[in-house]
Formats: sequence, C-alpha cells, structure tokens
Amino acid sequence: MDLQVSDLMVARGGVPVLDGVDFTLSPGRALVLRGPNGSGKTTLLRTVAGLQPPLEGRIEGAGDRIAYAAHADGLKTQLTVRENLTFWARVFAHDGVEAALDAFDLRGLEDRPAGTLSAGQKRRLGLARLMVTGRPVWVLDEPTVSLDVASVALFAEAVRRHLAQGGSALMATHIDLGLAEADALDVTPFRATPRVAAHDEAFL
Amino acid sequence: MIALLLRDLRLAVRAGGGFGLGLAFFLIVVVLVPFGVGPETALLGRIAPGVLWIGALLACLLSLDRIFALDWEDGSLDLLATAPLPMEGIVTIKALAHWITTGLPLVLAAPALGVLLNLPAGGYLWVLVSLALGTPALSVIGTFGAALTVGLKRGGLLLSLLVLPLYVPTLIFGAEVARRGAEGLAVETPLLMLAGISFGALALLPFASAAVLRINLR
Repeated sequence: MDLQVSDLMVARGGVPVLDGVDFTLSPGRALVLRGPNGSGKTTLLRTVAGLQPPLEGRIEGAGDRIAYAAHADGLKTQLTVRENLTFWARVFAHDGVEAALDAFDLRGLEDRPAGTLSAGQKRRLGLARLMVTGRPVWVLDEPTVSLDVASVALFAEAVRRHLAQGGSALMATHIDLGLAEADALDVTPFRATPRVAAHDEAFL
Repeated sequence: MIALLLRDLRLAVRAGGGFGLGLAFFLIVVVLVPFGVGPETALLGRIAPGVLWIGALLACLLSLDRIFALDWEDGSLDLLATAPLPMEGIVTIKALAHWITTGLPLVLAAPALGVLLNLPAGGYLWVLVSLALGTPALSVIGTFGAALTVGLKRGGLLLSLLVLPLYVPTLIFGAEVARRGAEGLAVETPLLMLAGISFGALALLPFASAAVLRINLR
C-alpha cells in the first residue's frame, strides 16, 4: 500500500509553511526531504505522522502504518536499554527486541540505564525503537544527528533491510545515506505564502 | 496499556521518580497542624477529618505536574500519541498510575496519621472510605489539569491554580463523610455525592483530557 500525500497544506503555529505538497511513497522506497532550516520539513513529518491535522489536502495510507521518530528519542533515562525497547515492543504488540539490539550494535549496553548512554548511543537506541514497532512506514526527522560514520552506516543498513522487507521510509536528513532506493524531494518550491490562518486551529 | 502502567509504576519507584514524596508531604503537614493549633485534643479531634482531607489533597497536587511533563520533555508523549493506544486510554492509565503511586499510599496512611490528630474512634473507617472513594477523582481531575498545562514552561503553579477550584466539590463531600463518621452521624448522603463525583469524573474527564492533549501536541 502506498503512502499518498496530495495537495497538502501544513501549518506551524497557525501559519502555513508548506502548500501543495504532493508525493507518493511506495513499499520498498525511501523518500528524503531536503530544504533549509525552517522550511517546514518537521511540520510536514508531524502532519504525516498524524500528530497535527493538515490545513488542506489529504494523506492516505498513513495512520496506523507509521512509526515516527522525532528529534527527541523518547527514552526513559532511568530504564535500561532493554527495558526501553521492551516497553515499546509491548505497546506496539510486536517483537524484535533482540534483532533491534543487534542491528544497532547495542549488545553489551542492554542493562545500562539509558541515562548513562552517550548522545550517539541514545540516538541508536531511539532508532532501534523503530524496529520493534513492526510498522511499515518509517517517518524519521533528522535520524542521523549525533551519529558517527560507523553508526550512520548501521542506520543505512537497517533502512535498507527495512525497504527490502517491503517497508518504506520518509525522512528529513542533510547527509547522503547512499541509499540507491532513495528519491529526494526538495520542499523549498512548496513554501506557502505567509498568512495567518483564518481560524483558531486549537478549537476547530 | 498494561505495559504503559507498568512502565509508569517502575519509573515512579526508580531513582528520582518521586514515589513517596506526596506521602512524606502528607505526613509533615499533618504533624505540623498540632504544633500550630496547640495541645487541645478536643479541638484537634474536631478538625482532624478536615485536616486529613486537605493534607491528602495538597499531597496529591504535588506530583500532578509530573504526569505528562516528563513524557513531554523526552519526546515519548509524541511517540505514545502515534502508538496504537487510544489517547483516552493513555490518559486513563496515567491517572491510574498517579493514583497508585500517590493516592493509594495517602489512603493507607491516613488512619495512622489520624492518631496524631486525636481522631475520634468512629472516624477511622470513614476517613479511610472517603479517601479511598475521593482520591481517584483527585487523580483524574489532576490529569485533566496536567493535560491542559503540558508544554508550558513552569506550568506547575498554573496547574495548581486550575486544579484546586475543581477539587472543591470532592473536598466538601469527602471531608463531610469523614466528619459525620467521626461524630457518629449518618454518612449516606455525602458518601453518595462523593461517589457520584468520583465516578462522573472517571467517566467523562478522560475524554476531555485526551482532547486537550491532542491540541497541545500540535
């Protein structure tokens, strides 16, 4: 099933940032969003993930198929690496904790509290969470922040495996992951003409 | 859902989780009252039900801002919102976890603290019953307040100002049950009102909390 976004207008703080966004993401493909800071990549990803409603346009094939990873990793610092992953696996009623630990090189860290990990290790744990959700569409916001070269390679490998299994990935990133299956979409042409939204979005 | 409850309970008892803070606060408030009022056992016995109720209410208030703030800060609230759990379920579980870690210990400690206040013998049962019936309402109403203020920097004080007026009906009927019980009067009417408030809050407020949380996450 494709993720289909048509004529989408998204707003941040009531002000439209992107207008007329169109793309289709098929299984096995990855789409990389590009654009300067503040161009609306995060807002677009949050809208696709269902955290905020679009001002206009339609998103099909999202909803319960999305696994979202934001700037913040959503880790509990007092829980161990394994407890963090097991929690998300149970929430998503899925398995794969061991595979995720292997894929992101978290072996040997399983019983460490997440609060004692380095920034890069936390990021790897945050990305490993994607694997225990069992969801086909990964929506990733700057997934490679604070990762070193080796970890970026691990991440690219995990994305490649995910795509090979029929999954897809939509990500905003500034670096080249070397994914042959990845298309790029520059969001700059979709910049909306600045105007204040006509209604108070919080109550409508 | 169970996983979320277990995680919250586990976090509460780990270092920095704040389990027992409310209980310790309750203990200190109740111990301070006799110092302030003076050694008049008759007077203390008369105000004991009210003091226990106000102490429990304030202790409950203390930990409300942690319900969503911590999950908001580390990003897990966003991730929970995209997880296959209904938002109403998430806020109900959060309220339940708050009650288990804060409300329930208060209920169990109240009779013991009644001794310090010279609570009349007939009052122990009704203090226990009224708190057991009323503290779930405090947690559910507090969760609503926490959902309203999530994402606000230093939202704790605003949360208290929003939630305390909403606590008034629970306090009135809860303290009335305890007072009547202590004086040996019939408790049915305030007890039913208290039960009504609790169950009403439990049935309706999760929907309100979920709605404001969705708006706050945008």
